[in-house]
Amino acid sequence: MGGVLDVTAVSMNFGGLRALNEVDMQVKSGEIVALIGPNGAGKTTFFNCITSIYAPTEGEVWFTPKQGARTRVNGMKPNLVTALGMARTFQNIRLFKNMSVLENVMIARHCRTRAGILGALFRPAAVRKEEREIVERSYELLKYIGLHRSYNEQACNLPYGAQRRLEIARALATDPTLLLLDEPAAGMNPQETESLKHLVQKIRDEMDIAILLIEHDMSMVMSLSERIYVMEYGCLIAQGTPAEVSMDPRVIKAYLGEEAHA
Amino acid sequence: MQELKKSVLVSLWFMFLTFPIMVVRVVEKSVVLRWENLAWIGIGSFVLSFVWRWALRRKEMGRAASREGANNPGLMAQLAGANPALVRAGSALLLVAFAVIPWLVTTYQTNILISFMLYVILGLGLNVIVGIAGLLFLGHAAFYAIGAYSYALLNQYFGLGFWVALPVGGIVASLAGVALAFPVLRLRGDYLAIVTLGFGEIVRLVLENWSSLTGGPSGVSNIPRPGLMNMELSVAGANIYIYYIVFVLAVITIVAVSRLKDSRIGRALQALREDEIACEAMGIDRVGVKLMAFGLGTAWAGFAGVVFAAKTTFINPASFTFFESAIILSIVVLGGMGSNLGVIMGSAFLVLLPEYMRAFSEYRMILFAAAMVLMMVFRPEGLIPATGRRYEVNDPELAASGEGR
Repeated sequence: MGGVLDVTAVSMNFGGLRALNEVDMQVKSGEIVALIGPNGAGKTTFFNCITSIYAPTEGEVWFTPKQGARTRVNGMKPNLVTALGMARTFQNIRLFKNMSVLENVMIARHCRTRAGILGALFRPAAVRKEEREIVERSYELLKYIGLHRSYNEQACNLPYGAQRRLEIARALATDPTLLLLDEPAAGMNPQETESLKHLVQKIRDEMDIAILLIEHDMSMVMSLSERIYVMEYGCLIAQGTPAEVSMDPRVIKAYLGEEAHA
Repeated sequence: MQELKKSVLVSLWFMFLTFPIMVVRVVEKSVVLRWENLAWIGIGSFVLSFVWRWALRRKEMGRAASREGANNPGLMAQLAGANPALVRAGSALLLVAFAVIPWLVTTYQTNILISFMLYVILGLGLNVIVGIAGLLFLGHAAFYAIGAYSYALLNQYFGLGFWVALPVGGIVASLAGVALAFPVLRLRGDYLAIVTLGFGEIVRLVLENWSSLTGGPSGVSNIPRPGLMNMELSVAGANIYIYYIVFVLAVITIVAVSRLKDSRIGRALQALREDEIACEAMGIDRVGVKLMAFGLGTAWAGFAGVVFAAKTTFINPASFTFFESAIILSIVVLGGMGSNLGVIMGSAFLVLLPEYMRAFSEYRMILFAAAMVLMMVFRPEGLIPATGRRYEVNDPELAASGEGR
């Protein structure tokens, strides 16, 4: 095995609706993997299942953090999954809108720091030091992502593309082993998409983080990812390298319909 | 011109509407028409409508200006952010003023100030739950009652003194808050408000009906005032002593709550307010943080309750009705949710003003309502809106480029 993420036969039912049907997936360490598929294929549901926001009806999700044992994460509380080393962004941006850019990243340090109520009230030296480290580390990440100039701005005042990048910075602040990006390029213009692509590559190369992304921008998916999984109607219909997947007749059918002219 | 026309129309409409009640009067089978009333209503509504329109226009202009200027902090923000030394000097001056006041004014005035500071403590406690953690909470008076009754009953049955009861009352209220939080973990917004309102009533009804323990509606009397090293204090002296206890407690509350807000826990609470799902996805234990919010908020109500019982020496359930919760919530909302200074101003507005304007006490509710309407229109975020903390980072590059703000 040896994957960071091993998903075996995960299914998810919402009442009588089967949103996911026995999906398997493996992400190895340091890999960039893309998950694509038409709208409503179940990609975001899959993300919610592996991050434990939903409890999958069947199947198993195993996760192996950088330092640590292989752990079964389905059924765990989502915050513990994050603490284990799986961080995500959201398709419809979910920033803490009324807080500053820096604070958004600082919050994500929560699971890596430990000051409690008494620490907050009496502020001993250790807590002050920890607090300083939180600020420094968060600012460093903002710099890495290129948002440090507006660190005191309110998150909701950032332009759309910057909000998406801030979500990535926030996810990185939890020190993840695996980063899940849900449509990071949605609503971005070509230049922003291009710089996002470089950013994702940089994160993988410099921080040694495996990345699993959902994306509709095909040029980005094809040039960025090493392997691609394709979903349709809750089922996995193809997997492989970008070249393999783009030749797959079932994928072409899913995307272009029965009689492909394009 | 347009505005004039509109105001004339408004006044005509009002004259028409109020004609039957203000002008027509039946005196012994004959109808008297009081035309002078009509004129007064016309003039009054014309002026009011004109002023109203002018104020609205001004507000719109202000909003447009702030949009253009991007970052145009309000007056209070300027005051607060202007000069830390000045702010420190100002608060030191205020502290000294509050410390000497009881020696200069009558017992009655001291009493008013004590209740003002009690509401500051209550408001700040509720602010942790409503303002910082964003959980709409309508049962704060119940925890005030729990604090007060813990002192009263522990004293009556076990002879516990004030200084032992003070922490015990806070802890009991805090535990009760956590106990309430368990069943309501899944609720948000309106639903949470209704459940907490219900809880407040349950506590009050239990206190009212468990006569064998709590004395029922007649309450508990002869609660001892706090003693000062076994000295017998006169009523006025005891009052001043309690004034200082509340004063110190209020200062402690202010410091504690603002420290809490700026800490790792406080950030987690704010994250909970902003977005629960993102909050969990960022590794924050939603359940733990929610319990913490309730426990931390209600503890202050417990402390305030103990002091209240000691101050009045007599408590009964009638002091802890829903009206009390509503007042405390209004203090928080009117002052500015999440803003500590706002809560202080809010309780000054809602506790001190009614006391000093006893002459208008008949119109209190009307003025209350008018104040609320005006606030919703002109300052929807409260008297002093909460400002996020600004962090300083040590980055020479950013400073060099001159863009750090």
